[in-house]
Amino acid sequence: MPSASRRRRRHHALWFWVFTGPFVAGLVLFTYVPLGWSVFLSFHDAHNTVTPSHFTGLANYRQILGDPAFRSSLATFAVFTAFIVPATYALSLALALAVNRLRFARAFFRSVFFLPTACSYVVAALIWKMSLFNGVRFGLANTVLGWFGAEPVAWLSTTHPPWYWLVIVTVRLWLQTGFYMILFLAGLQRIPARLYEAAALDGARPGWQTFRHITFPALRSTSVAVVLLLVINAFQAFDEFFNLLSNAQGYPPYARPPLVHLYYTALGQGQDLGLGSAGAVVLALIIAVVTVVQGRWFGLGRKEE
Amino acid sequence: MPINRRGLLTAGASMALLAGCGSNTGRNEGSSARIPHLSHWYHQYGEPGTEKAVHRYAEAYRKADVRVQWRPGGNYDQQTAAALLTASGPDVFEVNGPTLDQIRGGQVLDLTDLIKDVQGDFNQAVLAPKIHEGRVWGIPQVIDTQLLYYRKSLLDAAGVRPPATLDELVDAARRLTGKKTKGLFLGNDGGGGALAGTPLYAAGLSLITPDGKVGFDDPAAARALAKLRQLYTDKSLLLGAPSDWADPAAFIQGLTAMQWSGLWALPQIKKALGDDFGVLPFPADGPGGRPAVPVGAYAAAISSRSGNHTAARDYVRWLWVERTDFQTDFALSYGFHIPARTSLAAKADKLKDGPAADAVRFTSQHGYAQPLLWTDAGRLAYQDALSRIIKDGADPESQLKAVVRRTRAELDRVGKKP
Repeated sequence: MPSASRRRRRHHALWFWVFTGPFVAGLVLFTYVPLGWSVFLSFHDAHNTVTPSHFTGLANYRQILGDPAFRSSLATFAVFTAFIVPATYALSLALALAVNRLRFARAFFRSVFFLPTACSYVVAALIWKMSLFNGVRFGLANTVLGWFGAEPVAWLSTTHPPWYWLVIVTVRLWLQTGFYMILFLAGLQRIPARLYEAAALDGARPGWQTFRHITFPALRSTSVAVVLLLVINAFQAFDEFFNLLSNAQGYPPYARPPLVHLYYTALGQGQDLGLGSAGAVVLALIIAVVTVVQGRWFGLGRKEE
Repeated sequence: MPINRRGLLTAGASMALLAGCGSNTGRNEGSSARIPHLSHWYHQYGEPGTEKAVHRYAEAYRKADVRVQWRPGGNYDQQTAAALLTASGPDVFEVNGPTLDQIRGGQVLDLTDLIKDVQGDFNQAVLAPKIHEGRVWGIPQVIDTQLLYYRKSLLDAAGVRPPATLDELVDAARRLTGKKTKGLFLGNDGGGGALAGTPLYAAGLSLITPDGKVGFDDPAAARALAKLRQLYTDKSLLLGAPSDWADPAAFIQGLTAMQWSGLWALPQIKKALGDDFGVLPFPADGPGGRPAVPVGAYAAAISSRSGNHTAARDYVRWLWVERTDFQTDFALSYGFHIPARTSLAAKADKLKDGPAADAVRFTSQHGYAQPLLWTDAGRLAYQDALSRIIKDGADPESQLKAVVRRTRAELDRVGKKP
């Protein structure tokens, strides 16, 4: 008997590794090794090499933190996050509430709003750039302006006022709102009907009062998940920025999030992998701090009362 | 332990995993005893026929088995830069360089001996950036250049003559701007990207001087760049066109009366507009100014990580030095480039009349290439400054001062022995 149970335990261990092994190996090989490597590179002069020999200490960190372009990319990112997270949150919640109230064609509208999620960031960015918001008189946005007699606007080239933000923000809203709407819809459907009945009996008016005191608090766990995902997505901002604003000669000095900046530093013709890695490490530290703070704040992982 | 079904499956699965890491590297190792294998990378040329042509050249070579890799995507320079870090990269490759750091890092081979007999025949402007400390690191393939295209009929209708100075260009662009047509298209970013250092050369300056100093630490630089800002504030510039300056579509469709574009666009423009167009260099600015035409060349280079240096050298010498028939074919049969060798350019019939002949003349008289010492760090700082001057109205003098500082620091870095 004891030997059989030992064998079963050994079997369990074997199966544990068969199933998790490939993923652990992948994680180590493709995530932890490159991560460690880039920390290593960040302390060296690594122009055009991944096996540098010239140790430079903190010189790369001093350079990247002293670089106004890098600091302004962090500011760009902060502004973008501060806007896109609340905007997507509010819009997707509003859409979910609206779709949830529908009596008929609910599945239709749910699908229609969800569809853009299936579109690639690159494709959407190109459509926004070339047909909706191009700068000539026959672009969609400029055609609409033309009906009111306004001059065509070069949306992506104008810095005063910064019209390019309108393009960047609308493309991301269009792409991601539908997905978060689905999350909210699932959350809404989990709220027990008896809560609303009890509230109605206690004299709560439907509309704002019910939303403020019943619906919104009941969506707490969904809200936490949505905000976390939105912040992470904002950190990864690259695709639509790069495809909207870059050209063969480079990228304008505005609306340049950190990943775009590092792309040009480390992977452009400069191939300054040491400096790029230093920037990546700084960025990783910022993400880590933000995530930890956010987790504490929202009480992520704590049991719901 | 008796073999059971699960154990067998586990063993099978792990074998399959191992088999996945096979040794098929895409190279034909079996026959390498007889003739060497070389891989040769090109970036994707837009013109039809080019890909077939380079395959044809490779097949005509007998002493090695050359495999051409046609690399699509706009980030060819990044692809090669990354591939040069490994042994699985190309043996021979074309490069918009090689860059100073690639040369200093020993990533490319010294090709001086290959071209020493014909070095004088190459266009010296495009050969200069391929030379570092007297050695040649890349063999120019064809010359690419950029020019100002103008629509004759539109200029005549507005009573404007082709601009000969930057001030005249600003004035002409303003007068040519109407309700449906803009005066000038320098790219959707307002000109910073496409023009780069050209206005500095037009003001009689340079990016880096021949003796390795910053070439634009001069009030004339700020004056020239301020005129680009003028074009922007006058609203004479076409911005946000569906295709950028490299594509002549905006010019052909009549969205603009003048456009900065490449020589490569000339056949398309000629087909659409017939004789209703002309070309100009970027006009001179100020008393010390002179017209400026940017030239550049993709060069053939050899990776130092190539497994077979001798075979690669022999092949490059054969294709880019000896086979002048292929060089002419490559330059003129598909796209529209000027052969990198003056003897071949002189023989080309296509370049003998009309705007094409003007383009060749401007290129040889006013051509300048970005110096090898003009590295990425300085270039990025300059592009940012240029964009801020043009679009945000930033003060050109203080912007340029910051670029000069950045460039000096970079020149100090590359001046040190590695």
